[in-house]
Amino acid sequence: MTVMIFVPRDAAALALGADKVADAISREIAARGIDARIVRNGSRGMLWLEPLVEVRTSEGRVAYGPVKARDVPGLFEAGFLTGGAHPLCLGLTKEIPFLRQQTRLTFARCGVTDPLSLDDYRQYQGLKGLERALSMTPPEIVQEVTDSGLRGRGGAGFPTGIKWKTVADAPGPQKYIVCNADEGDSGTFADRMIMEGDPFVLIEGMIIAGLATGATKGYLYTRSEYPHAIQTMNEAIEIARGGGFLGPSVMGSGHAFDMEVRAGAGAYVCGEETSLLNSLEGKRGIVRAKPPLPALQGFLGRPTVVNNVISLASVPVIMDRGAAFYRDFGMGRSRGTIPIQIAGNVKYGGLFETAFGLTLGQIVEEIGGGTATGRPVKAVQVGGPLGAYFPRALFDTLFDYEAFAAKDGLIGHAGVVVFDETADMLKQARFAMEFCAIESCGKCTPCRIGSTRGVETADKIAMGIEPEKNKALLADLCNTMKFGSLCALGGFTPYPVMSAMKHFPDDFAPTHLVEAAE
Amino acid sequence: MNVHVAGGIYAERALSIIRERKHLEGPMLPILHAMQHEFGFIPEEVKPVIADELNLSRAEVHGVVTFYHDFRDAPAGRHTLKLCRAEACQSMGADAVANRVRQLLGIDFHQTTLDGAVTLEPAYCLGLCACAPAAMLDDEVYGRVDADCLAEIVAEVRR
Repeated sequence: MTVMIFVPRDAAALALGADKVADAISREIAARGIDARIVRNGSRGMLWLEPLVEVRTSEGRVAYGPVKARDVPGLFEAGFLTGGAHPLCLGLTKEIPFLRQQTRLTFARCGVTDPLSLDDYRQYQGLKGLERALSMTPPEIVQEVTDSGLRGRGGAGFPTGIKWKTVADAPGPQKYIVCNADEGDSGTFADRMIMEGDPFVLIEGMIIAGLATGATKGYLYTRSEYPHAIQTMNEAIEIARGGGFLGPSVMGSGHAFDMEVRAGAGAYVCGEETSLLNSLEGKRGIVRAKPPLPALQGFLGRPTVVNNVISLASVPVIMDRGAAFYRDFGMGRSRGTIPIQIAGNVKYGGLFETAFGLTLGQIVEEIGGGTATGRPVKAVQVGGPLGAYFPRALFDTLFDYEAFAAKDGLIGHAGVVVFDETADMLKQARFAMEFCAIESCGKCTPCRIGSTRGVETADKIAMGIEPEKNKALLADLCNTMKFGSLCALGGFTPYPVMSAMKHFPDDFAPTHLVEAAE
Repeated sequence: MNVHVAGGIYAERALSIIRERKHLEGPMLPILHAMQHEFGFIPEEVKPVIADELNLSRAEVHGVVTFYHDFRDAPAGRHTLKLCRAEACQSMGADAVANRVRQLLGIDFHQTTLDGAVTLEPAYCLGLCACAPAAMLDDEVYGRVDADCLAEIVAEVRR
């Protein structure tokens, strides 16, 4: 029987040498004349173990990692094709605590299947959600998604079903589904992992969104920094067309839906939905004032659903298992699961899909294992470059949209970036302003000018120039940006700045400068 | 990539790139990406061609080209090294790595080495945040980099 060996093709695994490992395994297979096949799967999301090589045995899949190319001959000597003992052996993959503790709904197949195999996709419950959706009326689909409690996973947390209903009810001969895959937040990679590891689930979600709203055309807008995701999605779309579920008649239903991938060009602000739409239309990625809502006047002025990758990729499991199944996970108004991305200076970094409601401390210390450097955790930035810095004192905050908002933070796209005690929070606050200045689209004054003034003011504080006055000025500036900016870039940049100032006041009063002033 | 074509020929090739994509909804970015892929940058002389074909003003085309960080107004070096400068990479010492790489190459960000081999660019997140610091050389990605391993990679491509 052919032995199946899995070596991930996820960009993070490639960045850690997965291609070299796969080549080394191929050479050993050939040299030893073994009947074996290498499957390039997505990543399981345990990134400290990448490249994570798995072998299918009679007991289940056995994992080895992190594997370097030079380890490969030794693995063959140790009999890893039958799950043989080796220092890199991690036992059965599904028993690894980091995976076992998860609730994988959206990422159920990611890392398990060959991302471009339709057979694998069907074998692991793929297309079940679409099949059920095809047996329902558009209002029934919208109701199911609404009942599931799914909220936009891009960060804003707007109820997906309500957005869909607005588009479904909007008149217009041509409507669109736009998938926002412009995942620019530092600390996030869930969208990339789905696009590279299970692209069909995203396509399926977009088709269901099309059926629910009457849209027949989809666009996936992603980043030029994600060449592997672009390639995988393009290949998957071709395969889906060949498989008859994208095209003039989705699975023979008579409903048309097709889609294409569009690449951005390095502008962070294009992750904001109205800026994204302008970019997609071929314009400067300038933010639009709302109203009109994109749901009514979106791409080319037509009714458009703009949803994040994870929102859309969560729809198939909701349609397959039902709204109640999904809604039963989570807490309060945050229903279902969320793929938390644990990143930065952390021992066990990766993607952890779980129901809402863990504490930040559990995520960072128990699941993430604390810092990679072994020093104490100083701060955790949750929600990307526009998210607040949380001190250890707030580690009891529950991972939930409302709980984070109550602590002047946001969960955003659920990226968690850990910093050890060497972090300088004044420098981080300055960077938040600098990043906003680099990426501002320039339309509104608070963001365009405020960010540059913010950098200058942070510099003055660092140089000990009238620190108290300048701290007050920085706070005032943040207030203006928060309430006066048109979109989240200028509006949320104050979160990292204000949280750094509030929770880490010592970093804003550099001792050597105070001494110099005396 | 980076095919150097004699002046005046850009416009002709540009026209065929545009016409292959003109039917798309919102064809501008696909056209610009294709041109950058073909020419290595967006030559000034193609802007009026795009404007003419898409029924836009030259100012509008110029506005779009200059809005996006990716589009270059001059060719890059033979290779482009992107270093991630965002928070997750900062938490793992990316600033120190970037400083060493700048010293090693003798250039700052947005500059090209004198031998034309490497252009250094900042990136704000490569999506490799759990294996920081991250870098990308052309389309190849690298995780958990330090200055030494980047020096090796750069030496390799400079040969």
